[in-house]
Amino acid sequence: MSRDRIKVLAVVAALAAIALIIPSTNSFVILLATRALAFSILVMSLDLLLGFTGLASLGQAAYLGVGAYLTAILAARYQIGLGYDFWLVVLLGVFGGAALAALFGLLAIRASGVYFLMITLALGQCVWGLAYRWNSLTGGDNGINLPHRPKFGIDLANEVTFFYVVLAFFAASLLVMYTIVRSPFGRSLVGIRERELRMKILGYNTWLHKYLAFIIAGGFGGLSGVLWAHTAGIVSPENVVLTTSVDALLMAVLGGAGTLVGGVIGASVVLFIREYLSTLVHWWQYVLGGVYVLVILYLPGGLMSIPERIRRWRVAPAKPAITAASR
Amino acid sequence: MDARFWLIQSFNGISYGALLFLVGSGLSLIFGVMRIVNLSHGSYFLLGGYVALSVIWSTGSWLLAIPVAAVTVALIGLVMERVFLRPLGFDPLRQVLLTVGFAFLFQQAALDIWTGNPFDIQPPDALTQTVVVGGLHLPVYRIFMIGVALAIGVTLWLVMEKTHLGATIRATVDDAQMARGVGIDTSFISMLIFALGALLAALGGVIGGAFLGVYPGLDFEMLPIAFAVVIIGGMGSLGGAAIGALIVGLADNFGKALFPEVSYFTLYAPMALILAVKPTGLFGRE
Repeated sequence: MSRDRIKVLAVVAALAAIALIIPSTNSFVILLATRALAFSILVMSLDLLLGFTGLASLGQAAYLGVGAYLTAILAARYQIGLGYDFWLVVLLGVFGGAALAALFGLLAIRASGVYFLMITLALGQCVWGLAYRWNSLTGGDNGINLPHRPKFGIDLANEVTFFYVVLAFFAASLLVMYTIVRSPFGRSLVGIRERELRMKILGYNTWLHKYLAFIIAGGFGGLSGVLWAHTAGIVSPENVVLTTSVDALLMAVLGGAGTLVGGVIGASVVLFIREYLSTLVHWWQYVLGGVYVLVILYLPGGLMSIPERIRRWRVAPAKPAITAASR
Repeated sequence: MDARFWLIQSFNGISYGALLFLVGSGLSLIFGVMRIVNLSHGSYFLLGGYVALSVIWSTGSWLLAIPVAAVTVALIGLVMERVFLRPLGFDPLRQVLLTVGFAFLFQQAALDIWTGNPFDIQPPDALTQTVVVGGLHLPVYRIFMIGVALAIGVTLWLVMEKTHLGATIRATVDDAQMARGVGIDTSFISMLIFALGALLAALGGVIGGAFLGVYPGLDFEMLPIAFAVVIIGGMGSLGGAAIGALIVGLADNFGKALFPEVSYFTLYAPMALILAVKPTGLFGRE
């Protein structure tokens, strides 16, 4: 069996284990897992940009915001998306996120490196500004409460049912994104990450590649927003604020950029610390900040690189000692 | 909406811009010299306010609070740069993430030390009056803010343009590799500029604390506004930071007064457009 196949099997087994174990725990854990999975879709969409295309976006929350506000406004004002038309809202969320990304991408894709970071930050703040101030549409600082979760044959108000639905969306997103990064298109993205000039010389339209990746990421961000709105039951400017974008970026790096599934690990660790550890100890933020700082300093490949590190350490245990001595 | 409205709003915008200049100039210099997107800059602003509060509570002296807060936060910045950022080498993403990690740590530390309650910094009575100029009631404190920003701006400009140190800093901004080549200790310059940036942000925190307040969350509210200043003005440019601060201060004030529903949008959309057209900002060098 190839190493890739082992990895895929491991992910499938992990998902199956999650599907079996989580519902038998208490409702707090189920909610936490649902949140982590919904947010992970956003983190994975960012990883598509960060890990595979080499574009670090600091405004990814904008796409979650579009999906979430779309869902909340349609549900609260027009009662749309609470029955079978939930699927219509899912589609709208994906297209909304992709459309916004198509617009923003026109401005952002020209930039690279730090400038890309800054411009995505500015674009994300535009969306936040509208969410925060446009009271008549977004409810301003108070946000919008969703009436209830959709009901279509199955009732998503049931937390286990909803958990399975979000898990299914997560698995589908992972599958689609995995297919994308394995496709020739995905390979060219990695080529752009490694050396854009070389890809240009080889005749690739690198701008278009990056633009498409940006739009795809926006679409998944929108999907994540639709699910997030129903998970939380409320949508507020908090969902599109700079710190949410920063969170997504940190989760992607914490899990391991360029791994996709690292996103769910990063999201789980952060949400666990923030939502669970914070109920136990008041100094939880030291743990969170400490984890970030330590991982960035000592584990640039993220948590997903630990197995690889262990393997290398076991294969060549003498090597680190030599490099340490030669320094 | 008569002339008075425009005058008062302009005055408010300019005085807010003065505060933004303190925050933005430091961020701009840090970016120019080190190419670091410092996401803990808002934390320096907030910490400046908190340290000043502690000094005021224990000594009662507002005048003493300003230098103590500024120097304390400058030292924090200096240690952060030496111990954590410098060894990281040149990797923008990891630097950015590291500064966020620190922003979280500072947030928690501030919660632990100064609790989550909102505070106000009370300036001396002489500064809380209003003066009447041409029939307009102008708060002395806002005039004071403009004065401080002017004094700092002129001092910085003189140092940057007229001294040897300033010349080495400008050389580092323009081309760090070349600067190293001609024997400039760019590592020392980086340390100096990072500490100076933290100092200016903290100064802004103390002075801004009197009318913005000092409360948890102010750090990440201030951060994007400071970035707007830097980006509009151009990264690494002092004059740019001054003009950027003025534009953002006025845009923010008039935006909130005239089109409240889209006020932040009117602030950040130009920022995105400027970046898209000219990534180095209006006055930044290529």
